[in-house]
Amino acid sequence: MDKKKRRLISRTIILLLLGAALVFALYTNFTKDKNESLRKGSEAPNFVLTDMEGKEHKLSDYKGKGVFLNFWGTYCKPCEYEMPYMENQYKNFKDQGVEILAVNVGESDYAVNNFITKHDLTFPVMIDKGREVENAYRVDILPVSFLVDKEGKVIDIITGALTEESIQKHMERIKP
Amino acid sequence: MKEVKCDCGHVNPFGTNICGKCGMVLDNEKENKLIDMRYEGSARRSQTYKKTIIDKIWNFFSSVKVGVTLIVIALIASAIGTILPQEMYIPSTATPAEHYELEYGWFGMVYYELGFHNLYSSWWYLIIIGMLGISLLIASIDRFFPLYRSLKKQGVTRHDGFMKRQRVYGVTKLEDQDINLEEVKDRLKRQRYHIREENGHILAEKGRFSRWGPYVNHIGLIIFLIGALLRSVPGMYIDKVLWLREGERKEIPGTNGEYYLQNNEFTLEVYDKENEEDEQYSAAIDKTGTIAKTYQSDVTLYERKGETLPGEKVDLDKLKDYKIKVNEPLKHDHYALYQVDYKLDELSTMAFKLINKKTEEEYGSLKVDLNNPQKKYELKEGYSVDLISYFPDFEFDEKGEPRTISKIPNNPAFIFKMHTPDKPEGEVSFVAIKETVEPLGENTYKMAFNGVETQDVTALTVRKDLTLWILFTGGIIFMIGVVQGSYWNHRRIWIKRKDDEILMAGHTNKNWHGIKRDIKQAIESTSLSEPMDQLEEEKSSSKGEVLNG
Repeated sequence: MDKKKRRLISRTIILLLLGAALVFALYTNFTKDKNESLRKGSEAPNFVLTDMEGKEHKLSDYKGKGVFLNFWGTYCKPCEYEMPYMENQYKNFKDQGVEILAVNVGESDYAVNNFITKHDLTFPVMIDKGREVENAYRVDILPVSFLVDKEGKVIDIITGALTEESIQKHMERIKP
Repeated sequence: MKEVKCDCGHVNPFGTNICGKCGMVLDNEKENKLIDMRYEGSARRSQTYKKTIIDKIWNFFSSVKVGVTLIVIALIASAIGTILPQEMYIPSTATPAEHYELEYGWFGMVYYELGFHNLYSSWWYLIIIGMLGISLLIASIDRFFPLYRSLKKQGVTRHDGFMKRQRVYGVTKLEDQDINLEEVKDRLKRQRYHIREENGHILAEKGRFSRWGPYVNHIGLIIFLIGALLRSVPGMYIDKVLWLREGERKEIPGTNGEYYLQNNEFTLEVYDKENEEDEQYSAAIDKTGTIAKTYQSDVTLYERKGETLPGEKVDLDKLKDYKIKVNEPLKHDHYALYQVDYKLDELSTMAFKLINKKTEEEYGSLKVDLNNPQKKYELKEGYSVDLISYFPDFEFDEKGEPRTISKIPNNPAFIFKMHTPDKPEGEVSFVAIKETVEPLGENTYKMAFNGVETQDVTALTVRKDLTLWILFTGGIIFMIGVVQGSYWNHRRIWIKRKDDEILMAGHTNKNWHGIKRDIKQAIESTSLSEPMDQLEEEKSSSKGEVLNG
């Protein structure tokens, strides 16, 4: 029966389309909050910032290296907590092709310089004066660290203070 | 699953109640006096095959019962969601779990535990709305096409049984006289009926398009649902907040760095009793204190020239100056910027002078930019001040150490080191608002407060909504469907000429009074007897029985 078959096919197609629309609605709704932040596995938005020593850092120049991209503020206690650990691990991983870029969320040079002196930081620290990098990475809560692998992909996003051990683990993940 | 062949020769699909051509009653409910004319007695598609799983799902969604159940569930759930505020409306400082119990007791706790605090984006609510949409569409497909087909194919000559079992029905015995139906036809035509004729039988029909009203209405609803669905698609809907100090220029969030906005000035105007224009408000002002008249941000909109990376120096083109007021947003390229909040008199600079505590002699003054302080301030020769520490939003932490809780200069505090010719290694002084501490012993000099400068901060909502026109279109189509279905009726009058009698029957989907009036006018002053409303007759006869009994 040709007619019957046609009807079955058209019903199947319509039901599949509607089912797909429903799944899509659920999916977009539940990733809505995540859409607000960057998605894991996506390309890390490129940026250019100048560090406190006047050196320009462009993220795409670090292709082939892992980048531990940290957003922080001097007023943020957990950010301050993890800084010495980042400094230690920076020294360990510098020669293994993992770089740390610490982006301050638009504070004054004065505050950032004082902070660097206080904690003896040797990795590049830069201020995102216009908050543009912060917008591009959709930063909400501090501290937040983006693990960028050698292909320039964000493989993980970690919010909250990190222990030295976990920093080391994460650095290991992006080691080229 | 066999097709049904009617006596008239027409082949009807399985599940048909009334022959599509002649109207003979095909199903078993022949005992009923009146026929159910819904969907013209055609076979709803869902009733035809009940075999595969696909057909079963299809039948489920096609069912009106299921549809109504879904509507009722959605209604009840939506209503429950309005009893307590949703999560996004509770204070952001509160933990939802605690907040609901603290504020609303056990009911609040249950409410929270059952997930009603986030109802409208919960998975089950979305699934119900989604199923409702599916049911709407499938039920419409299932009914529209058979109905359309049977109305299109309907015959003029109807079976006697069909005529007899219409609600409005009448027989005129001819008894040798002949009745000229031309007159009746003309009158019906004048009443804007379409006339079809076949062997002397007549079908007069009008307002068929009102039968499509519900389906048009459903299409509108589905478009509306699609619009609502698209809101969560990235790029279709943006809702962000931008805080801007006076003089500050920033990227507008959500525009991917394409647009920048500068706040030139923020003004808060209040009604003034002294002002003649505002005199009428003086009583209200006395009662409540200050009343805002205008919130206004004078802004300049810039567009980025070319492609630049975030953090890179941008070339900007000035697009326009605008005064954003409440309800007068700045609109550009689908984006709208609304005045939403403000902060008056945020500290921007703080000035001090270096003095001798005893003699109060001055050795120069300095001004600290609270958003960009310097490390060292040179005064006149031999005198200088180092800024050792600066806390824009100062408080003491648990250990009694000074710290800042944000980068906004809400409560600035400073640690200065004052170098003077007689104290070249410097004296340390901790200075906060209305407070000076000398942590390392008695000082000769001090930093005396010498005034502040403030600036206002404006907060703007950045809004983009590409779904609005879809919602609008859906809403308009919805209304068209409602009007189409409720202000017009589908009326049909059948006249069947037999050897010794003329049968007349009428059917309408609503407003029976209207069709009876139409018939009455059409047959006036002819010898046709007026058809009776069989339903009313039935009612009155059953009433009579009650009375008699």
